[in-house]
Amino acid sequence: MDAPVISIEGLTKRYGQVEAVRELDLEVRRGEVFGLLGPNGAGKTTTILTLLGLSEPTSGTVRVLGLDPAREAAKVKRQVGYVPDAVGFYPNLTARQNLRYTARLNGIADAEDRIAELLEQVGLAHAADRRAGAYSRGMLQRLGIADALVKSPSVMILDEPTIAIDPDGVRQVLALIRELRDQHQMTVLLSSHLLYQVQEVCDRVGIFVRGRLVAVGSVEELARRLADGRTVLEVGVAGDADAAARRLAELDGVKDVDREGDLLLAVCEDEARGRIAGALTGAGHTLLHLRQRSSHLDEIYHRYFHEQN
Amino acid sequence: MVARKEIADHLHSARFFVVAALLTVTGVAAVYAAGGRIRDVASQATDDPSLFLKLFTVAIENTPFAFVNFVALIGPLLGIAFGFDAVSSERAQRTLPRLLAQPIHRDDVVNGKFAAGLAVIGMLLTALMLLVAAVGVVRLGIVPRAEDVGRMLVYLVVSIVYIGVWLAFALMLSILLQRAATAALTAIGTWLVLSLLAALIVQMVAGMFAEPGGVENAGLQQALGRASPAIVYEEVTAALLTPELRTLGVIMPEQAFRAVPGQLPLGQSLLLVWPQLAGLVALAAVVFAVAYIAFLRQEVRV
Ligand SMILES: Nc1ncnc2c1ncn2[C@@H]1O[C@H](COP(=O)(O)OP(=O)(O)OP(=O)(O)O)[C@@H](O)[C@H]1O
Ligand SMILES: [Mg+2]
Repeated sequence: MDAPVISIEGLTKRYGQVEAVRELDLEVRRGEVFGLLGPNGAGKTTTILTLLGLSEPTSGTVRVLGLDPAREAAKVKRQVGYVPDAVGFYPNLTARQNLRYTARLNGIADAEDRIAELLEQVGLAHAADRRAGAYSRGMLQRLGIADALVKSPSVMILDEPTIAIDPDGVRQVLALIRELRDQHQMTVLLSSHLLYQVQEVCDRVGIFVRGRLVAVGSVEELARRLADGRTVLEVGVAGDADAAARRLAELDGVKDVDREGDLLLAVCEDEARGRIAGALTGAGHTLLHLRQRSSHLDEIYHRYFHEQN
Repeated sequence: MVARKEIADHLHSARFFVVAALLTVTGVAAVYAAGGRIRDVASQATDDPSLFLKLFTVAIENTPFAFVNFVALIGPLLGIAFGFDAVSSERAQRTLPRLLAQPIHRDDVVNGKFAAGLAVIGMLLTALMLLVAAVGVVRLGIVPRAEDVGRMLVYLVVSIVYIGVWLAFALMLSILLQRAATAALTAIGTWLVLSLLAALIVQMVAGMFAEPGGVENAGLQQALGRASPAIVYEEVTAALLTPELRTLGVIMPEQAFRAVPGQLPLGQSLLLVWPQLAGLVALAAVVFAVAYIAFLRQEVRV
């Protein structure tokens, strides 16, 4: 097994009385997309800053690619691309000039082709020679991603990468992240509180609440752990819902059926999921809606969040 | 790398043009006005060997301002202008975390900004000196001797060091204070106290401890004055550009009476100001070191 790309052990960061991060242990493996999820003020940004040596841990150890970011900063930064949450650029320089400066700081002599290609990739080719001062927030965020990629990093760290970007843009950014992982074998750590958005790209997620990591695993794993081998299915049918509810309750493996407005909530064992649609259509019902509730990240997140309170 | 970009930034900034225009206009005006009076001086003492240097030290009619005073006054402002927002502007533009995520050392950022500021200031000051010298040569028809050129060069270097103190100070404020406006005000306030009000304050304090007019008082004033880089700088420039000046200590009338008028060679003048010069360099280094350490230890959230 490969050594982890990012490993954090017992990380604590205190600001006066406030403990922004408490006793955090975390590993990110090579080639995975890891999502650090949590509400505002959970300590996501603080954790990321220590990974880049921009903030010193109060205690605990942090290793990126086996290096200590506080002491071997330059080596770490050569291989890590970072997009801060509110990324800014020199307003008097064009997007292209800004990226050129980054390339020079990374000791890359001729980066023209790469810069053009990256601007194309993040959908900014049309605005490449406009001053960054005239960019909108979402455009700046896209430019931030291009900027972090200039150095061809092996690890990308993105703080709230989708926060100001429009829905189409979010799809592009997520596709880009997937491409970085699949075609360039990059390791990606991203933070977000927009769960719906990032759920599909994350191989694993860590749920972060008030400085503590309360759960780590793939979305399915977390769902299974919470559901304790059971699943809640949302079922919607056209017409007689009561009849459908009775039909469901008769099924093997279905423990309970509740109503929630127009929806039926069927609590069932995992292996019973496959029989539900067939049973309903077989009994003449028209199936309008079928969704597994507990595997949805938002719910996982909320349930962990509430458990903490 | 950082310095190169910073210099380019400075050269393209509105600030640079304003400062350059201000310097040119006032500098040339000062020398032009002084030129008229030098003619009078020249007609009296045609054998004064350091006539050329008078270009810089003779005051404009009816004012206490000579070119050197003018540089002493504007110089610190120059340093402040190119330093007060050096780091805080990166914060305001939110470019600092991104910059520090690149594989450069944090020192490179402070060093680069300081070097860039100093380079631009050096360029401006050199250009100004050349311009003034040219005006002098053309208008007065005096050609400087090698010795004069040497003194001017040393004066130029000393001035750049002195402005460097202020640049380092402004840079330090731009690191310690979040807002550029606060840093600018603090720097200008300090400048007011140390250069314009210093003489006044020194006089007052010395007056409290020693009889005004006495040797003791004069000695005390001088000792206190050396706490202000502005006063130290004035001493140094006076010694450099006035070869007749033989000591920086307190001179009593009876001593002056016996003195044989004459000029010190450049080497002797340098010897005279050596401690002050070293003091200025040390001060610049200390202030810069404080800025440097503060920046290295700072957390960079924005
Ligand atoms: N400089 C500081 N001084 C004091 N407390 C701070 C400082 N910076 C952050 N904190 C606190 O640390 C905690 C974690 O902040 P952090 O920015 O890491 O949260 P986050 O998870 O990134 O939140 P968001 O989703 O809003 O970006 C917060 O409670 C915040 O108030
Ligand atoms: Mg954050």
